[in-house]
This record gives sequence, structure tokens and C-alpha cells, in this order.
Amino acid sequence: MITITLPTESQKSAHIRLTLNGEATDVSFAPYKTLLEVLREDLGHTGTKHGCELGECGACAVLLDGKPVLSCLLLALECDGKNVLTVEGLDVDGKLHPLQDAFADLGAAQCGYCTPAILVTAKALLDQSSNPSRDQIREALSGNLCRCTGYQQIFEAVEAAIVRIAGERND
Amino acid sequence: MIDEKKMRVIGVPRRRVDARAKVTGQTRFADDIFLPRMAYCKLLRSPHPHARIRKIDTSRAAAHPGVYLVLSGKDLPIEYGILPVSQDEQALCVDHVRHVGDPVAAVIAREELTAFEALDLIDVEYDLLTTISDPEEALATPEPRIHDYGEEGNIHKRVSLEFGDVEQGFAEADEVFEDTFFYQGNTHLPIEQHASVAIKDPEGKLTIWSSTQTPHYLHRALAKVLQMPTGHIRVIATPNGGGFGGKSDPFNHEIVVAKAALLLDRPVKICLTREEVFYCHRGRHPVLMKFKTGVKKDGTITGMHLQTLIDGGAYGSYGVASTFYTGALQTTTYHIPRYKFQGCRTFTNKPPCGPKRGHGTVQPRFGQEVQLDKIAEKLSIDPADLRLRIAESSNAVTANFFRLSVVNLSECIHRVVKNSDWKEKFRKLPEGRGVGLACSAYLTGAGLPIYWNKMPHSGVHIKFDRGGGVAVFCGATEIGQGSDDVLAGIVAEVLGLDTFDIRLYTGDTDLGPVDLGSYSSRVTIMAGNAALQAAERGRAIIAEAVAEKLAIPKERLRFVDKRVFDSAAPEKGVTFGEAVCLAEARFGTIGTIGSYTPPKSPALYKGGGVGPSPTYSYTAAIVEVIVNPATGWITAPKIWIAHDIGCALNPTLVRGQVEGSVYMGLGEALMEEQEFRRLPKKLSHALVHKFPSMLEYKSPTSLDMPEVMTELIEEPDPRGPFGAKEVGQGPLLPIMPAVANAVYDAVGVRIDEVPITPEKIMKALAEKNASREPRFGPSHFPHVDWPEALRVPPPWEGGDGNAVNDVPRPSKPKPEKEKVLSS
Repeated sequence: MITITLPTESQKSAHIRLTLNGEATDVSFAPYKTLLEVLREDLGHTGTKHGCELGECGACAVLLDGKPVLSCLLLALECDGKNVLTVEGLDVDGKLHPLQDAFADLGAAQCGYCTPAILVTAKALLDQSSNPSRDQIREALSGNLCRCTGYQQIFEAVEAAIVRIAGERND
Repeated sequence: MIDEKKMRVIGVPRRRVDARAKVTGQTRFADDIFLPRMAYCKLLRSPHPHARIRKIDTSRAAAHPGVYLVLSGKDLPIEYGILPVSQDEQALCVDHVRHVGDPVAAVIAREELTAFEALDLIDVEYDLLTTISDPEEALATPEPRIHDYGEEGNIHKRVSLEFGDVEQGFAEADEVFEDTFFYQGNTHLPIEQHASVAIKDPEGKLTIWSSTQTPHYLHRALAKVLQMPTGHIRVIATPNGGGFGGKSDPFNHEIVVAKAALLLDRPVKICLTREEVFYCHRGRHPVLMKFKTGVKKDGTITGMHLQTLIDGGAYGSYGVASTFYTGALQTTTYHIPRYKFQGCRTFTNKPPCGPKRGHGTVQPRFGQEVQLDKIAEKLSIDPADLRLRIAESSNAVTANFFRLSVVNLSECIHRVVKNSDWKEKFRKLPEGRGVGLACSAYLTGAGLPIYWNKMPHSGVHIKFDRGGGVAVFCGATEIGQGSDDVLAGIVAEVLGLDTFDIRLYTGDTDLGPVDLGSYSSRVTIMAGNAALQAAERGRAIIAEAVAEKLAIPKERLRFVDKRVFDSAAPEKGVTFGEAVCLAEARFGTIGTIGSYTPPKSPALYKGGGVGPSPTYSYTAAIVEVIVNPATGWITAPKIWIAHDIGCALNPTLVRGQVEGSVYMGLGEALMEEQEFRRLPKKLSHALVHKFPSMLEYKSPTSLDMPEVMTELIEEPDPRGPFGAKEVGQGPLLPIMPAVANAVYDAVGVRIDEVPITPEKIMKALAEKNASREPRFGPSHFPHVDWPEALRVPPPWEGGDGNAVNDVPRPSKPKPEKEKVLSS
């Protein structure tokens, strides 16, 4: 039997500098690691989840330079110099993002496991379009599986956040 | 003046108490736990569906750099299992593997990758055995036996119960209908993969954090296998990233990391891969069903005979309870004066089946509701009217001795009929469009515990702080359904607080009193009633002290908006914090307890332990479908559902449970299936899971989910806290049959099988076009050697709940043996 010996985690030979949730961040890690693994294991950002580590469930979505990506399919080495936003970076100065508030108020998070990825994916949508339709919301979230809610309260929460954000702009 | 009757927390849609943690990513799931010196565990799993282990050599793996420990079956030989009657699992198989994925060894290493790598260095020699792939094969193949216990051969459990003379019922009928149905197995697919972290704590005791719905049962299993006193084991159920029944068994990986942590004296973590979650399974049993139902011309049922053949997979799991559940709840929706049930569960070489949302009642509910649709058509009665004629009524005792409480099934039917404009749509929509109706009932908590005992099913402690803070301790487990919010809501309402004034310590066997777990829709009624009792006791103590201070009768006191005051003079009062201080000065440290034990069931016959519940929820649903006759493609644009909830403690969460159930039901109706296939002969010819991945195991996405219109029927049930009944499971049940009935309305073909796929619709349409029976579904039910039925005369024939032909039951049950079970 042939065994391929990969570098182990203790061999943190790779190093990148990225902007993580607005903060310049240096990290050393084993070069085979995905962005998901480096976020959770090397940077202590466990808000980003995994459900398959094969790009199927969407639970690991983060924003890379503002666009949703599946962090389980991305080598951390590819993220040098990039801007990464995770759920931990959504609130500002201790104040929840309107999406977070709306998700909390309207039952959009049940078990909460898919929630971090859905929140950042929805944020990317709202950053791009100030008033997306229900169909556009459905489309944007179609790569994020949720087994609890049946999605309806998620759609409603995104729509409520749109109204709240518009209200904040007008204030 | 304060409105005394108005509730300020209960019934008000509100942010759940744990919402902030969830939307900030701070909810700590099991795999989010990282501890210093933590080692990682991986399991070596059998590549064969059925084999004897001839030899296992772990020496090469043990010598691999970075490996701390290798365990195999001999290290953990004691058998365990969720039910006392089926202690048939070993944490690592000692000499017999029973399905692809059965674990045979474990590697614990400094890094997960090292552990994974070292699995390849374990040498296992197997002697392959004949594989049993389905119940018919199991019936025909008594040898080799998958287990050396059970009824005989590969039959795990066979039951036969008769409530009244069902043949007499058929003789009195104007029409007798016989139909067979097949419900394919499917799985829970929680987004969180099972994970556990175990440590030997500084005192030398064991602590394990795990994604489990049932920390109490895991506690017992660990004590048994590790031969440790339960007092030296602490189980902490981390919030589950979805459960749906799939985290309700004690699991091999939990026992393995516990053992490893004790041996290594360092934290040990395991997180299953998605593929491994498919091997853990415990999901929906595939069930073949035969319904024989006699009816009068007006639709009145004269008798029903149901037979179920159940594919149990490789282990017992909850299977004995599942078997009884396939026959339990037929009588709780519609009046059935004579009822016979025969169920048979077989072992097969597939991942074990167990409890998934609706546990065992989902499959026969599908058959029953589709058959009713056929009956309605034959009798030319509208299916909604038929159900209204035969719906059970409040406080009835059924033929099989289940005592119903408040029953609002008829009201549910009226609401969905009205909301959907049913009368204008049924049999009136253009070809390719249709509507279907179905109903259901579900337990609000299993009436009996899994192991026989007379202790409460749930307990709550409340601690009152001098500053007015309140801490609630309970074993109840948060799996996303909102159990923490139920506790907080009830305590806050009674004490006049906000839910965010309540701190919760739940799912921890060290901190809180026992709650049996998050299964059988039991938390709201059981932990809720325990919390209500504890909160009311605390309120009484505080009221005593405040009344004394204010020199008024305590009956005049109100607890509202964090104040305790005189209802006759609201300005006369104290803050809640001051009130606690007055009470503490008067009585000493303030802490109260509450507990809940379900009422005794009149079902005294053997097997009557599965199905009784303090009360039942009721649901009616109408699904509209569009079927493309050219492709069989089926979509559901809209679903109307009404649920008899009693009282919605937090309507936001209740709606979420209803819609989540509809979603999961729609997945089961249209696409979800746990399928297996044989590898090619030139390979191993092994029976393997067809698609153990989330991509290929299809589940509905945000694009597939129709609009759902939910209506809640709120007539408080005297058995529930503030009148509340269950909502987590019941609303799933009517969806699958409603889809099948809608497909018939749309294109005139019967799909008597779940899932209802385009391929099956096309096959049925081809039959229709060839002027044969326009149907897709099973055509026969195999012969089973049924035991003599236990004959229990129903209440209206003078029965007392006992079987007339059973040996008398001992009044004092033997511990751990023979006793039934529930979930």
C-alpha cells in the first residue's frame, strides 16, 4: 500500500497577509489548507461553518473582495492580499447589521448553522442592488442549503433588512 | 390600569432568546470547540456491507508518526443502543460488520490529517457474508443472521394487534378498499455534521460536548460502555446545527472519543465527514404498506387492517418503537371502530434507520391519506367533506386506547378549504393543474420514557438573583427548534420579566435536572410544564414576602414589567430585584424546582407504550401542483396549511416550525431518497449508498420552495403550558399525501409511492394512455408469518385496555427488560 505523506499542520510553512473583517491580518498555516480551515483553525474565526467541505451546501460562504465564495473550495494561499468578510465582521461598533437584526427578529435563524453564510451572501446581494425582488433573493441564496426554515422567513428577513437599510439612508 | 389578562410574552411574536448568538456566528457548535493539546480522531469504516472480521492489525498505524492511539473493537466491547430491548451496537465492531460504513477502528493523532492518513495503515481481513439488501430478501434469507437476536432469521420485530373484530367490520361495509403503498427511506441531512469533543477533566472525570439531541441517553450509554458511574460523566449537548431525529441515538464516535480522552488524558475531537453522516443515518425507514379499509356509503369507516413491512437497516436503533409507530396513529385522526395492525421490521445490510421527523407515522399517514382520496372519489364525496364526517372529536378514546385531548382537526380542514378556494379548484382546474388535501395528527411528547421508570420526564431548577436576574436550568436540548425560548418565555411571562432577563443553562447533565431530550415533540409540553411549575412556585414565594412588606393580601399582587405591585394601586410596589431581596431576607436563598410526568395512559396492552401522548396536534394541508404531462415535471406553486397548536408560545418560531416541516415534507414528496446500489461484480459487488453527498442527495433549495400560507388554530389545551401543543413534526405529515392527491387531480394518475418523481409520473401516464390502471406503485405485499394477534376489545366493546389473550403483565416491571419504549 502506498501512503502519500502530506505536510502536517505543524508545518505552517505557508504565510499570507489578508484583510480580515477590515483588519490587516498575518497568518501562517500548512499550505494544503483551505480558507475555511485557516479561518476556523488558525484564525479562530469559527463563525464560518462547514456542512460538506465539497462545495455542495454553501454553509462556508464568505465574501472575498465583496463577492460570495465557498471557502471550503478555496486554498488559503489564493487569498494573499485579498479582503475577506465573515459573519464576525458584519456588525459595526457592536451594532448589528440590519440583516442580522432582521434575521434575529423574524425567525430567519433556527438552528443558526447555515445562518452566517446566508447573511454574508445576502449582504453581497444588497451591496450590489438596493432593492432586489423576491426572485432575485431566491436566486442569490440558491446555493445555501437550509434544512430548518423552509426559506420563507429568510426571504422575509432579507426584505425587512432592505427596508431598514433604506430607512437608515433616508435618516 | 394594567390589563391583568393580557400576556406580555406568551403569544407575542418576538426575537428568540438565542437569536443574537446565531446571527453573529457566536453559537458554539461542537466542532467550534478548540482546546489546548487537542487530538483528532478518525474512524476506519468497513468497505463491505456484511462480513466477519477475521483479523485486525493496528500496529503499523500505531507506529505512524503523530499517532497517539489506535483503538479497535476489543477496546470497547460492551454493547449499547438507545432502546433497552435492542442493545446491539458496539462502538467499534468486534467481529462482525453489518453495513458499509460500520466502524472497525479509530486513530487518534496530533492532527486530523495524520489520523486520516494512518487509517490506511490498519490491516483488516474480512470474510464476506451474503448481503441482505431489502426486507423481502431478509424474509427469504434467514441465514446468515445479521444479528443473533430478534424474532427469527433476519426478522427483528413482528407485532400483531387487533382492536375489535376487523373482519366483522369489513362484513358491515358497503365497500372495501385494498391498496399497497411504498414509502422510500430518506435522511435528515442536518447541515451540521455530527461532532464531539471529550476531555478528562482536571479531577479525572469525563466531560463530552456533542451534537446530540438526547444528552441523557448518551450519558447512560457512556456509563454502560465505559463502566463508569454516571456521576463521573458530564454530557453537554452543544446547540445542534439541525437534528430532525438524526442525533437522537448514542453514537459510536461519541463513545470512541470519550474512551480516547480518558486513555490519553487530553482533549479528543471528532467531526464526521458528510459521507460519514450518511452512514450514521437513523433516518426514515423504507416501508411497504397494505391498507384494507371498509367504509359505508356515507364514508364512515367500519374497519381497517394495516400491514407494514419495514426496512430497518443494520441495527435496532429506535426500530422496535418505529415498528409500533407505523401502526399507532391511524386511529387518532378519524374514527375507526375496529382496527388491526401487523408490523414487521427486518434487518438489512444498510445504515440503520431510526427516528426522522414524524417517526414511523409518516409512511402510513401517506398511505392512509391517499387511500382516503381514492375512497372519496369512489363514493363521490368531496375529500374534505369525507374527512369532516369521520374526524375524531375532543376527549375521545380511540380503538387502541389513546386518550385524545383537544381535537381541532375539523377546524383545520375548514381553514385550508377556505384559504385555498378548494371548492372552486378541486376537479375544476385545467389539465396539468391540481389540488390535493391531506390531514394528520402527531404526538405532543411520548407518554412513556424509553427505559421504564416512574420519574419525571423533565425537570427545571430556577435560581433567583438579588439583582433580579433569573437563571433556568434544564436538561432540554436546543436543536434549533427554540427549546431555550420556550423555557425563557414561560418563566418570563409568569414572573413579569423580559425573556432577555432569563439566563439559560440547558442540555448539560451536570447543571440541570434531567430532560429526556429533544424528540417526540416533547419539549414544549414537558420542559414547558416543568418550567411553569418552577416559575409559579418562585412567584408564590416572592409574592408572600412582598405582600407582607406592602401589607396587602398576596392575591392582589401583579408581576408585570419587572415590577411586583398592588393591582388596586399600581404605583404601590417594588422592582422585581427588590422583591427577590425581600423574599431572600424572609425565606433564605431562593431557588425553586418543577417537574413534569405525563398522565397515565389507558393503553395497558403490550405495545400500548408507543403512541400515548398527553395530547395530539392536528394539521390539514392543501397543495397545489402543476404537472407537465410531456415530461412529468412537477412543481408546487402554493401550499395552504392549518395547524392545531393550542397556543403559539412564540408565533414567530411556531410559523418557522410549520414552514420548515412543509419544506422537509415537500423534499420527501418530490426528491429525497436514501438509495443503494450494487457495485459491479468485478469490483466487490458490495451494496453501497448510491449518493452519500449533499449534491446528489437532492433536497429543495430556495428556488424550489413554494409560498406557504400558514394558519394557526389556537384553542388552549388544558394539558399544555398556556395551552400549547407540539408543532415541530406534525405539519410535515400531510404534505406527501397532499402532493400525491394533487398529482391525481392534475393528470389523473395515482403515484402510490414516495418520492413522486417525474419518471414515476411518466410511467403512470403511459399506463393511463394504454388504458391500464393509471398508477405507479407496489403491487404486492409479501407473506409474513404473523404471530397471533393480541386481541384488545375497544372501549365501546367494553375493553379495559388489556389484551384478552395475553399473559397477565407483572404489576412491577422488571428493570431494563421487555418494557416499551417510545419516542
